[in-house]
Amino acid sequence: MNPELKGRAFAPTEPYLVGREKVREFARAVSATHPVNLDPEAARAAGYRDVVAPPTFAVVIQEATLAQLLAEPDAGIDFTRVVHGDQRFTYTRPIVAGDELTAALAVTSVKSLGGNSMVTAESTIVDAEGEHVVTAISTLVVRGDD
Amino acid sequence: MTALEVGQIVAQASYPLTRDSLVRYAGASGDFNPIHYRDDVARNVGLPGVLAHGMLTMGTAVQPVVEWLGDPGLVRDYQVRFTRPVVVDPEIGAVISVVATVGAVDEEGARIDLTVKHGEQTVLGKAQVRVALPR
Repeated sequence: MNPELKGRAFAPTEPYLVGREKVREFARAVSATHPVNLDPEAARAAGYRDVVAPPTFAVVIQEATLAQLLAEPDAGIDFTRVVHGDQRFTYTRPIVAGDELTAALAVTSVKSLGGNSMVTAESTIVDAEGEHVVTAISTLVVRGDD
Repeated sequence: MTALEVGQIVAQASYPLTRDSLVRYAGASGDFNPIHYRDDVARNVGLPGVLAHGMLTMGTAVQPVVEWLGDPGLVRDYQVRFTRPVVVDPEIGAVISVVATVGAVDEEGARIDLTVKHGEQTVLGKAQVRVALPR
């Protein structure tokens, strides 16, 4: 992997409109049963504008930024050797259906350990007003030659 | 909510995963890596079998905490390390068990530590959820 990736910042992704049915579909897929995730009335009663996405939903928006990283011509990352090492989400507020979210990726660390490389990518996700919603941080491990 | 004590178990649950669960998660998340639904592809890249998406395990493992909190919006920070893959057998599937324990308490809320296992093996490391507490 190219060590000069460290510090590189990418252009923000196209806005992602969070749909109510997408939130419900994702909630069911991760066994979320709380009414605030599924029922707009229950969400409104709890003070939200619409259904609230489960904590890991941000990965759907983050995914476009990781695709940018893997496609970077000089990155030297072989997709077939990539393993997900760590994942973290740090929220300012939960994602709610109706949000229009944009993600911007920055590479914060590139390391070599044994024959493997590790890249840490931080995707900052903001709403249509530019206010911070969540930062998604992934460490990808790129396995060396066998 | 009564005062929390470090070490206290606040929630626990088990979740059966089948190949259907993986296909459902693939569609919901947009992660269509075939190692999560095709045995031949998984075998060809040297895996012991079709694996659950790490993000499916992560997303499921926080649900007992959400249930306990009573509001998914109270989760402030959630992190995991993927330490061992979860192989999902085509016939019997797999079962993920989660135990959520209070790791720390402060003015802002609490840190809940998750122990996430597939059978006897721990599959997530440093699985920590920072939560604000309901008033």
